[in-house]
Amino acid sequence: MRGAARRRGRGRTPAVLGAVLASLALLAGCSGAGALGAAEGVETVTVAIVSNPQMEDAISLAPQFEAENPGIRLRFVSLSENEARAKITASVATGGGEFDIVMISNYETPQWAQNGWLTNLEPYMAATPGYDRNDFIPTVRDSLSYQGAMYSVPFYGESSFLMYRKDLFEQAGIQMPAQPTWPQIAQIAAQLDQGQGQRRGICLRGKPGWGEVMAPLDTVINTFGGRWYDPQWRAQLTSPEVKQAVQFYVDLVREHGEPGASQAGFSECATQFGQGEVAMWYDATSAAGTVEDPEESTVAGRIGYAPAPVVATPSSGWLYTWSLGIPQTSPRKDAAWRFMSWMTSKEYIQRAGRDPSIGWTSVPPGSRQSTYQIPEYQQVAGQYAPLILDGLQRANPQQPTVQPVPYQGVQFVRIPEFQDLGTRTSQQVSAAIAGQISVDEALEQSQNYAETVGESYQR
Amino acid sequence: MAVTTSTPPDTQEPAAPPEPRRQKRSAANVWLGVIAWVVGIAFFFPVFWMVLTSFKQETDAYTTTPKIIFEPTLEQYEGVFAAGVGPYVVNSVIATVFSTLFVLVLGIPAAFAVSLRPVKKTQDVLFFFISTKMLPVVAVIVPIYVVVNQIGMLDNIWTLVVLYTGMNLPIAVWMMRSFFLEVPGELLEQASIDGAPLWRTLREIVLPIISPGIFATALICVIFAWNEFFFAVNLTAANAGTMPVFLVGFITSEGLYWAQLSAAATLAALPVVIAGWVAQNKLVQGLSFGAVK
Repeated sequence: MRGAARRRGRGRTPAVLGAVLASLALLAGCSGAGALGAAEGVETVTVAIVSNPQMEDAISLAPQFEAENPGIRLRFVSLSENEARAKITASVATGGGEFDIVMISNYETPQWAQNGWLTNLEPYMAATPGYDRNDFIPTVRDSLSYQGAMYSVPFYGESSFLMYRKDLFEQAGIQMPAQPTWPQIAQIAAQLDQGQGQRRGICLRGKPGWGEVMAPLDTVINTFGGRWYDPQWRAQLTSPEVKQAVQFYVDLVREHGEPGASQAGFSECATQFGQGEVAMWYDATSAAGTVEDPEESTVAGRIGYAPAPVVATPSSGWLYTWSLGIPQTSPRKDAAWRFMSWMTSKEYIQRAGRDPSIGWTSVPPGSRQSTYQIPEYQQVAGQYAPLILDGLQRANPQQPTVQPVPYQGVQFVRIPEFQDLGTRTSQQVSAAIAGQISVDEALEQSQNYAETVGESYQR
Repeated sequence: MAVTTSTPPDTQEPAAPPEPRRQKRSAANVWLGVIAWVVGIAFFFPVFWMVLTSFKQETDAYTTTPKIIFEPTLEQYEGVFAAGVGPYVVNSVIATVFSTLFVLVLGIPAAFAVSLRPVKKTQDVLFFFISTKMLPVVAVIVPIYVVVNQIGMLDNIWTLVVLYTGMNLPIAVWMMRSFFLEVPGELLEQASIDGAPLWRTLREIVLPIISPGIFATALICVIFAWNEFFFAVNLTAANAGTMPVFLVGFITSEGLYWAQLSAAATLAALPVVIAGWVAQNKLVQGLSFGAVK
């Protein structure tokens, strides 16, 4: 009896196993679990986005779009900035066709448009009543255009500015100048620095990456009068201006900056500033949403804002925008545009502002001029909103520094090689911030890299 | 009662003055113990810290003076579930289970052939197997991407199943070969004298003996496939994304993310930890198989 039962039991195990496997295989459908649940007659639009807070908000509002557009189902692939950039570039460049909408920036858009990888959005905008293309901030709009036509539409835009603790400035009797200069900021940082293990003067990014330390550092290099290349594409990284700027940045962050600076990026600085561990922070204007959020920051409401510090240029803030484009390969361009236009419309700003889980402090800034006319937004963001708009309007990607340059871009050089060149250079700078090499050594090495790239543009 | 009799009373063994050699050995033992603990804690600490961080608020997660005392919250886990972890788990399970099965189905006969039934040029065959592991994955991703794209298999979970099978097969064959070599030759001779066919010999004599080894091999394959990130992030998108791809979605360049990332990572690690826990005995048995001869 017992033997028979055991035998029967034993026979059952493979059967159960087989059933589980079969159902798993069925569940996998033909391609994967993410493909499940698509009804007939419904177009599925796949969106690749960068996992920043505002994009996550958009994902949380997306079911409202689906309810209003029953014929369209959305799927999001949300990746961190580096992974998203690599993935989207590979997919769009090879015609992989996984995505109907991609989130890119003003670095990629004009280059990709030139390569013929993106869909011209002008006809779509013209056919969408009330979309109001001219409401986009002009500098942002231009940075997403190729030969006068927009190839991606901005979801949000950012410049850079200086955040500081008003209460600490008051206690120390310091007045923030209306347009601070970098030497002034260095002096204030020294004044407010309490030394190691205590509150430091300023947080500046030091983490390697062309979008990490290179972003703020490039604006410093620009305003000190430095540049990557002269008009003949000769590398200029060992010029006196660049040396002076990088030495200044490295000295400032080493002497009065945050601990572990060579590994600090946006998130690390956001935490340190939000916890009151540094007195100032120079970074993206989008930081305001984080540091003014009482749930994420203990210093909310005590923060003052100043324009990006300058030296030899009238302004120095950067220009960056996360935008949405449609790859040429997408067979669902109309449905894709329906969602894109929804996500970048004036109505979306209202919808996000009124949503209790998002609120007016977290609406996507820096895309539309009309956002800055909304009374509710002015009320909560009045402190910093005008500075963001002003920073974006004054940013000059065509002429970022004192002398002429053969490239476009403020905190980047808009050529395909820059992702690699910028990252290699940033690794050198990061090593200098960590104290492993000198600034001169870092720049000598970077100059070699830059020369190699520059040669391919010299004719 | 039974317990008391089984333990020898202390009085039976009078406490003799400790010999110097024994003292030395026990001192060495203490040191070895200390080192083992230090190494163990060093390995475990990041895991502990991850789990701890997953119960923190974002503001507590990354501070200059790390916080040990804080008000625990389940908010981060809620966030992870709200982000739609389901399809990613299913995809990971499919990729892991099927690739491991295929590895065993292909690997067991292969390991048998290169150990107990040596084919011609066994050493060369073995070297060919392992040589595929010598090329870094990053060096082949472009051709693989192009091929997968050409045959229209991008963002398809079966692509990952095939790749993971190929990725784990060499390790599995090498591991299982060493287990097969432990099977006493007399047993096989006996079987062949009895006239048992090859398949029966393998199934009824060899496999039961080395089952702990196969178990250990399978577990290693499961761990590798479950944690694989590079192929997954490059070859999948919305349909076939796996857990590691889901994890990077929590890293943001403009906001705080350490606590939520820790929560997601804890959830991602859980199945492997549980599998390891359940298989602990078999695993130790399997990994120390043949260590003592």
